[in-house]
Amino acid sequence: MTSLDKVVKPKTKRSKRFLQKRESKLIENTKNAMLIKGGNTSEIVTQTLKDIIYMYAKPHGTYQSRKNITRPFEDQTSLEFFSKKSDCSLFLFGSHNKKRPNNLIFGRIFDYHVLDMIELGIEKFVSLKDIKNSKCAEGTKPMLIFAGDVFQLNNEYKRLKSIFIDFFRGPNVPRVRLAGLENVLHFTALDGRIYMRSYKVLLKKSGCKTPRIELEEMGPSVDFVLRRTHLASDDLYKTALKQPKALKPKKKKNISSDAFGTTYGRIHMQKQDLSKLQTRKMKGLKKRKGEKAAAEELEGDSPKRSKLE
Amino acid sequence: MAACSMEDVLARVEKEEAEKLKNISVYKGLELEFDLGNLLACDQNPPDTRQFRKRTADEFLRALARDNTQLLVNEIWKLPVERVEDVIVAKLPDPATRLPREKPVPKPRPPTRWEEFAKLKGIQKKKKTNLVWDEVHKQWKRRWGYKRASDDTKEWLIEVPVTADPNEDQFAKRIKAKKERIDKNELNRLKNIARAQKVKVPGVGLLPTDQQSKNDLGKAIQVAKMSTASVGKFQDKLAKEKEPKNSGKKRKFQPLIGDFSAEKQKQLDLLKTMESKKPKLNITKAVNKQMREEDREAAATKKRKRSQKGRRGGFDGKGGKGGKKQGAK
Repeated sequence: MTSLDKVVKPKTKRSKRFLQKRESKLIENTKNAMLIKGGNTSEIVTQTLKDIIYMYAKPHGTYQSRKNITRPFEDQTSLEFFSKKSDCSLFLFGSHNKKRPNNLIFGRIFDYHVLDMIELGIEKFVSLKDIKNSKCAEGTKPMLIFAGDVFQLNNEYKRLKSIFIDFFRGPNVPRVRLAGLENVLHFTALDGRIYMRSYKVLLKKSGCKTPRIELEEMGPSVDFVLRRTHLASDDLYKTALKQPKALKPKKKKNISSDAFGTTYGRIHMQKQDLSKLQTRKMKGLKKRKGEKAAAEELEGDSPKRSKLE
Repeated sequence: MAACSMEDVLARVEKEEAEKLKNISVYKGLELEFDLGNLLACDQNPPDTRQFRKRTADEFLRALARDNTQLLVNEIWKLPVERVEDVIVAKLPDPATRLPREKPVPKPRPPTRWEEFAKLKGIQKKKKTNLVWDEVHKQWKRRWGYKRASDDTKEWLIEVPVTADPNEDQFAKRIKAKKERIDKNELNRLKNIARAQKVKVPGVGLLPTDQQSKNDLGKAIQVAKMSTASVGKFQDKLAKEKEPKNSGKKRKFQPLIGDFSAEKQKQLDLLKTMESKKPKLNITKAVNKQMREEDREAAATKKRKRSQKGRRGGFDGKGGKGGKKQGAK
């Protein structure tokens, strides 16, 4: 938001609430995604956008189905405008032309400016409706799996993985229904291609508590190739990653742990008075009447003293 | 005999256990990395390209996905479980993968001018009760807002003060005063915002007051004089007009105690300039001097050229007069 937006005071409670919802927060809301159709799209691109919005972005996403003649890699202003308008920080832009057929651009926006975007070409696409299997409910939180060492080694793939996680992970939840884990999104990087597969999970009996897993292809399944990339500079990425101080866990004093995971605590105690230590009770150790009276007289002013027999 | 059968039973149980585990265990060269808060697993093993070429792509990918999913599910099933409304749910830890934020971390609102002053003076906010006793209506009423106690806007009669003009509308005066206060508050709000964002705002000049004093009049004259395109440089003065008071820069002194390092630095700088033999170069002055010199030179050459042109022009008949005139100038 520009500085001018803050100067204008909301006139109604409702507009105030609306503006508050869009302000930056300590604990952020789920990121909204916008799926944008470019000026020219093929059927494959349109169908991919539709499948992704249907399966993964439904409650937190918008689909702009009209033609938007813009090129994100050349001019980002219209994207930034859209993100401000609809309060979205993730976008997926689909287009198709001769030079880059079946093109998808996955990207993120930070503070209404493009943070990073990665262009992927669709090599092969099988739609959700082309696979005649049972589907899982829309809006299911998927399990995400990334396979391939490239996701760890290559900088662009690393960022792509981060974008995919951001895009597909759905809302952040504290608990999950075990029987509701129905969907797996599997990304495999192999031979310069990225295979995105979506499976329905079938939980089979295994004899022990953990079930055996069987998978059934659900769609959409897409083979991507990496094209152009636009990654944020390290500085910008670092500021975007910055965690608020209030959210960092407070350090607990006097607790430490060693290499084996044993926790040690440091306790501060007052010096013990060993003279009052109760040893084994025996007839011989019993104090006589005279001694008892003398002892009481000595410490008569301390009322908290425990009684001795 | 009994012992023998016992051993058999044990072996059988062991075998069964192993078979059960075989169903759900998967071997991987490198262990997977999990982020259960996001239901995420990362398999760093490079996929087997030979297997990939041997089988069809989809079959290979599905087998790989099955193994990885099994490992992820094994990990999820280890999480603490609870029962909510006849449904078994697993408690997820916080997500560990760091993802960029959507918007920057919110900054605390900078204090307003009043808040700064109050902090300096140690003035604390006092909570006032919402309801106050209204003597006129004999009931508890709100302190502020609609249907408030002792509401002066609801009065049907106002006593005209002795000093006031009897023809003046006291009701209109009250409304105007209220409006004025609202506007002043708005101005202060905007000023606070400008201060918070470190924007330089032009001075507002003269603020309206109920009674203008002599000082205010002087200030008004000054503001009016300055409000020209040349910032009052060519404004005429009245016969006995004095220079406006308090319009120049105020001298500011450093605090007596406080920043010792800055003070020390100042003294050292002073000593340095005193000690150095070279005169201190005033860069702005030097640059200005240089520029003026260049301008003068340029003008001179231009003049020379023009005069030359004029002489040359004197030979042909038509432009001769003008050329001569120019030359004469």
